[in-house]
Amino acid sequence: MAVTPACNDAEIEPDRDRFVFDHVTVVDGQRRRLDDACGSVPWDGVTVLVGPSGSGKSTLLRCCNRLEAPTTGRVLFGRDDVAHLDPLGLRRRVGMVFQRPTPFPGTVRDNLQVAEPALTDDDAVAILQQVGLEGGFLDRIATELSGGEAQRVCLARTLVAEPEVVLMDEVTSSVDPAQRYGLEELARSLVAGGVPVLWVTHDLAQMRRVADHVLVVVEGRIAHMSHPTDIDVDAPPAVRAFLAGEVS
Amino acid sequence: MTSIGWSGLALSLLLVLVAIVVSLWKQLGLERSILWAALRAAAQLFAIGLLLQVLLRPGVSIGWAWLWVVAMVVIASFTVRQRAPEVPGLLQLALIAFVCSAVLTLGVLFGLGVFQLNVRTLIPLAGLMIGNSLAATVLVGRRLVEELRDKRDEVEARLALGQPANVAAKPYVRGALRTALIPQIETTKAVGLVVLPGAMTGLILAGVSPLNAVLVQAAVMYLVLGSVATTTTVIALGVQRRLFTTDHRLLHLTSARSGR
Repeated sequence: MAVTPACNDAEIEPDRDRFVFDHVTVVDGQRRRLDDACGSVPWDGVTVLVGPSGSGKSTLLRCCNRLEAPTTGRVLFGRDDVAHLDPLGLRRRVGMVFQRPTPFPGTVRDNLQVAEPALTDDDAVAILQQVGLEGGFLDRIATELSGGEAQRVCLARTLVAEPEVVLMDEVTSSVDPAQRYGLEELARSLVAGGVPVLWVTHDLAQMRRVADHVLVVVEGRIAHMSHPTDIDVDAPPAVRAFLAGEVS
Repeated sequence: MTSIGWSGLALSLLLVLVAIVVSLWKQLGLERSILWAALRAAAQLFAIGLLLQVLLRPGVSIGWAWLWVVAMVVIASFTVRQRAPEVPGLLQLALIAFVCSAVLTLGVLFGLGVFQLNVRTLIPLAGLMIGNSLAATVLVGRRLVEELRDKRDEVEARLALGQPANVAAKPYVRGALRTALIPQIETTKAVGLVVLPGAMTGLILAGVSPLNAVLVQAAVMYLVLGSVATTTTVIALGVQRRLFTTDHRLLHLTSARSGR
């Protein structure tokens, strides 16, 4: 099915307060993960990148902190091309939590100190409380936590660096429903605290629960940008097919 | 000096026959492989023996021995690549690793006068150094690629926290190096208790006093240990450099995950 990319000049104009994807293509071997993707992500609220499996939404997210580099095109962080920024500094400013929890060996304290070796216990406890965990977790072995707890520790670890934006890549896919809603609440609380979130999911119900803005990614392109309440309005056929559940 | 002669060699073939009988009895289907391995080993050893006899004649330039060492390094590097094709750029890395190891270990043994540098010492010591490092060299390359592939999420989580590639890869480089080095350390510890190593056995059979044989063997063990440590470190650091980009991204080592 043909995808109509949303690729107008206004959307790819550099802006102080958003990520801009300017004709981004990512080719990996024979596969085009992103195919001339154009669009932008505002820095307020939760922006959900939604689309079928393999559509390129995770690749788009990973371009934001340069874990992935465009083969052609550019990604702007504010007014800066991320290719021209120091990748290590960029990744401190643009935090990321992954699909599967990635606790490192050692205690929760050890994990948090990977992000900031000089982190004090008081600061660590405050960050754990921010993600809904008690201070007693500091001495727990991170790799022995439940999926939901480990994912919260990973979010806490990311927050230690005090990022300006947080990328969340299908972070609820390996946790139980209660933890899923808890993580969604955490995303909302980050936004309330002034930290915008880019949230990848293929779950339309979740999109409706958490999104302030929606980007629909289909076949490597940003096929539609919208607010969640009027997502059906002016949506191209490929997006309608996905929203109707024909493509998963 | 012990000499078994042609008749001794022929009689020792009875032991190959034992292996063939076991294969026939248990229907292993390995008779042809056993026979081929025995004949091939004999042919290779005869060829090397003849070449060594020529090289060990008085007046032969040591340059020929160095040429032999270069050939061993090149062949060993191709062998390493053949055994671990999944490791990117391994041929070049193995060449660098064996050259570094040769410079360091042979430099110590000959430079400090532990052994006198001549054709008779250079070829066997270089052979021991390269031959005994080969398995560990393959192992460390394979292990590091497996670790970085299987723990990709963990590595990328470290990168996403702003760690540079060498810091993010450190736990996995350390694990791969330990895996490759520990067997050699264990072998070194077991020498004399469980196994009588080849160099010492050969010297004793050749009529050298056991004490002198032990001294040579100990030096050889240290040579091997130093060599394994050098080659594995060069390979591990080289593989790490190849698997990360200059902007601290981990290259894709497997097929893409869904959602990408």
